[in-house]
Amino acid sequence: MARYLLLRLADAVPTVFLVLLLVFIAMRILPGDPAIAALGDMATTEQLQLFRERMGLNDPLWLQFINFVKGVLTLDFGTSMMSNQSVLGLILYNLPYTIELTIVAMLIGILLGVPLGVIAATNRNKAPDSGVRAFSLIGYAIPDFYLGALLLITFSLNLGWFPINGGGEGFADRMYHVFLPALTLAFVKAAFIGRLTRTSLLEVLSKDYVRTARAKGAKENRVIYGHGLRNALLPITTGLGLSTLATLSGSVAIEMVFNRPGIGKLLISAIAERDYAVIQGGIVVFAMFVVLINLMMDLVYIVVDPRIRMK
Amino acid sequence: MTSITETSPHLLAPEPSRLQALKSIILGRPGTIAAVVVIALLCIVAVFAPMLAPYDPLTQSMLKINRTPSWENWLGTDQFGRDVLSRMIYGSRNSLIFGLISPFCAAVIGTTLGVIAGYFGGIVDRLLSRVIDLLLAFPELLLAIMIAAVLGGGFWNVIFVITIAFVPGFARVARAQTLAVKQEPYVEAAISVGVRTPVIIFRHIIPNIMAPIVVLMMLWVASAIRLEASLSFLGIGTQPPNPSWGNIIKDGLNNIFGSPWPIIGAGAAITLVVLSFNLVGDAVRDALDPSTSQN
Repeated sequence: MARYLLLRLADAVPTVFLVLLLVFIAMRILPGDPAIAALGDMATTEQLQLFRERMGLNDPLWLQFINFVKGVLTLDFGTSMMSNQSVLGLILYNLPYTIELTIVAMLIGILLGVPLGVIAATNRNKAPDSGVRAFSLIGYAIPDFYLGALLLITFSLNLGWFPINGGGEGFADRMYHVFLPALTLAFVKAAFIGRLTRTSLLEVLSKDYVRTARAKGAKENRVIYGHGLRNALLPITTGLGLSTLATLSGSVAIEMVFNRPGIGKLLISAIAERDYAVIQGGIVVFAMFVVLINLMMDLVYIVVDPRIRMK
Repeated sequence: MTSITETSPHLLAPEPSRLQALKSIILGRPGTIAAVVVIALLCIVAVFAPMLAPYDPLTQSMLKINRTPSWENWLGTDQFGRDVLSRMIYGSRNSLIFGLISPFCAAVIGTTLGVIAGYFGGIVDRLLSRVIDLLLAFPELLLAIMIAAVLGGGFWNVIFVITIAFVPGFARVARAQTLAVKQEPYVEAAISVGVRTPVIIFRHIIPNIMAPIVVLMMLWVASAIRLEASLSFLGIGTQPPNPSWGNIIKDGLNNIFGSPWPIIGAGAAITLVVLSFNLVGDAVRDALDPSTSQN
């Protein structure tokens, strides 16, 4: 177990390095001059020169890359040009809101999705199954920012049950503010998790040991939850990893809809203001999130499925 | 005419059966028939937009701001007095163009990379696979947002961004399929009698890996439409004043106290079209690649 953990952690190091390399390539080598992108077409040559000097864009590429990696490792992402605050400070302020939104959305999504999947699988090809199927078809099709806008119009604007924007202060108020955005993201999650639970549960329920359990007279609930759902957990866990990442990418648009603080809103605002250092910091944070969530999922597998440890 | 119909089954041996399967699958599912109708309507609306739109989508009018739906403006007007329905009709062109072009470009590039990696193996394969695996760890939307953050919006950038977001998926499928097809006796036979590599790739490998690639392309038309809408909503896709369903919702949200109709209309259009392409994509998958069917 400890050895597997160490191996998996060691494997994450080159991944992080590769991610940073790709982010670096994207920021420096893709078409477009960062200086012009940041300052606009109207900037004078002197202004561009000053910007390049300040951002270290005149250094050779390898030195820029080393400085970039050094900056990321020491959590020094530079300073925002618009607000003159440190990018790290901006990230640290916004990060909790995004994490909170993602976690609450995932929790609601699981609480809705898993029971939906169980209902669909245990009523295969009957009305509840078709209902869950229709729900998931709509869940896959509806853009989350549209659903969010509809919920905002209905429950915040017209009914006045929920706040229109902001992140809230203190635990209770924050949960109150996060509920509607999280519910929006959870709707799509529930469709995905429900479908996944249905498929994996049906697969497990066709196994020999389930037939044996039924033959020896185990109660249906015990067959479904003790034998079925328990063994369907591994594919569901795999799906949860993907789902968490999808929730994270969905949070960008949702933060815009509900005008909530968060990394997504920080990044999108930075793009509109051409705030180069903040864009770079935001992208690195998202990239690190992806690496981290993948790593965490791998660790969850070995808890859920001890067979993986043997390999 | 008769001679053609008589000989065609022999000329196109495998084709009729797949098309037949697709036809029977589509006709057997009422939902999918409706989806085909929606897509046909979308194509008509996009192509004939200038004739169908009651007003110019860009003309502003201070006199008719935030109108509610009426016989004059079926979906009302926005905060600049522009007719929402006309903007949606023109916006359909964006959805269709990005929805079709990006998955196609991604399929071409991804298949090329995947076949190269799978066929030649070695260090090229290891390098490509590592990068592909890494990119696959990112959800397409997040990857698209990250690239668009650097590039900014605009027509070609959006095509580029969505294409790049889809390339890793195609490359992985193409690589796996190439590895499988490479083991087939007919490829080994071709290699042993000295057929040149490009001929093997284009005559034996590519035709035999096309089915899953086409399925993926169909399934991702819907994703591409959603991606374009999301990027435009975030302001890094289609740039205003040009209408796109995504930026109509963005404008609508800035004017949420004025009129909710732009949001409701454009969002319903995206949902309906994405749902339709998903249903048709599922039908194509079930016809061409029954082994991966989820039903």
